[in-house]
Amino acid sequence: MRRFLVLRVVGKLLIPFMLLFALYVQFHGDFGPGGGFQAGVIGAAVIIFYALIFGLPAARRVVPDAVVESMVGLGVLLYAGVGVAGLVLGGNYLDYFVLGSDPVSGQHRGIFWVEAGVAITVSGVMLKIFYMFAGRGRSLEDE
Amino acid sequence: MMAATVLAIAVQRNLYSVVVLAGIYSFLMATVLVALDAVDVAMTEASVGAGISTVLLLGALYLCGGEEIKPVSRPWLPLAVAAVIAGALVYGTLGLPAFSDATAPIHVHVVPRYLNEALRETGIPNVVTAVLASYRGYDTLGETTVVFTAGAGVIALLRRVRRRRDGEPR
Repeated sequence: MRRFLVLRVVGKLLIPFMLLFALYVQFHGDFGPGGGFQAGVIGAAVIIFYALIFGLPAARRVVPDAVVESMVGLGVLLYAGVGVAGLVLGGNYLDYFVLGSDPVSGQHRGIFWVEAGVAITVSGVMLKIFYMFAGRGRSLEDE
Repeated sequence: MMAATVLAIAVQRNLYSVVVLAGIYSFLMATVLVALDAVDVAMTEASVGAGISTVLLLGALYLCGGEEIKPVSRPWLPLAVAAVIAGALVYGTLGLPAFSDATAPIHVHVVPRYLNEALRETGIPNVVTAVLASYRGYDTLGETTVVFTAGAGVIALLRRVRRRRDGEPR
């Protein structure tokens, strides 16, 4: 894949915007279509795109395995942690009303963190599966 | 068009073209979902179905080769089973309320409350997000756990193979 100049240049151009779009989907999920799951998948797809163009080792340098693996668990923990936070602050499990000064801002805060947890876990799992598949046998693209 | 894609997938013997056709099918499905005003689902379908699963399937094909072996026997019995199940499913759809019927049970139970109260209660204009993350928070937590479990399963399966290979004499 080293020789495909057009692919490399276009990829370099597009990747920042794709990452930006993932973040937009994540944080704009309250208002438009999207949310944690979609944002996580798009974010993972950006890294996979990068790996396809520049080779798996390059992608592994950008997002190391340890980071990916901790993302897998961190997202679920974050989601469950929001629930526990509601419990600590005197509500029921996964009750967001108690998280802010008034119920609506509490809801906002709860949903924000929950979506962040979903996005982290989803992109972690997608990336990990891709790394696992592509890393088997010889490295997929890097020759 | 989707039916044509499915037929092509069934007939095709080269698995690379099957993967590409499956990606095309996912994109068609995403357009259908946009037409049904389910933009969130359409986005998921386009990115997961057409994007990531295509890449993963191509990676799997790279590992195991791209030609399907000709079946030894004619699969008439599975075809008959599939046809009967398809018939039963189509028969089942006859009992469903008509499309966009406002008095269908699904539209009169909790949906009016979600649609009318979600903005006031959560301050979030996108009702899909409000329902997913707030009203149905437990379900989404379960889904996230399912994704986590899937990832953990893949890690457990594939890593064991790698370790065994490291132990082999070269």
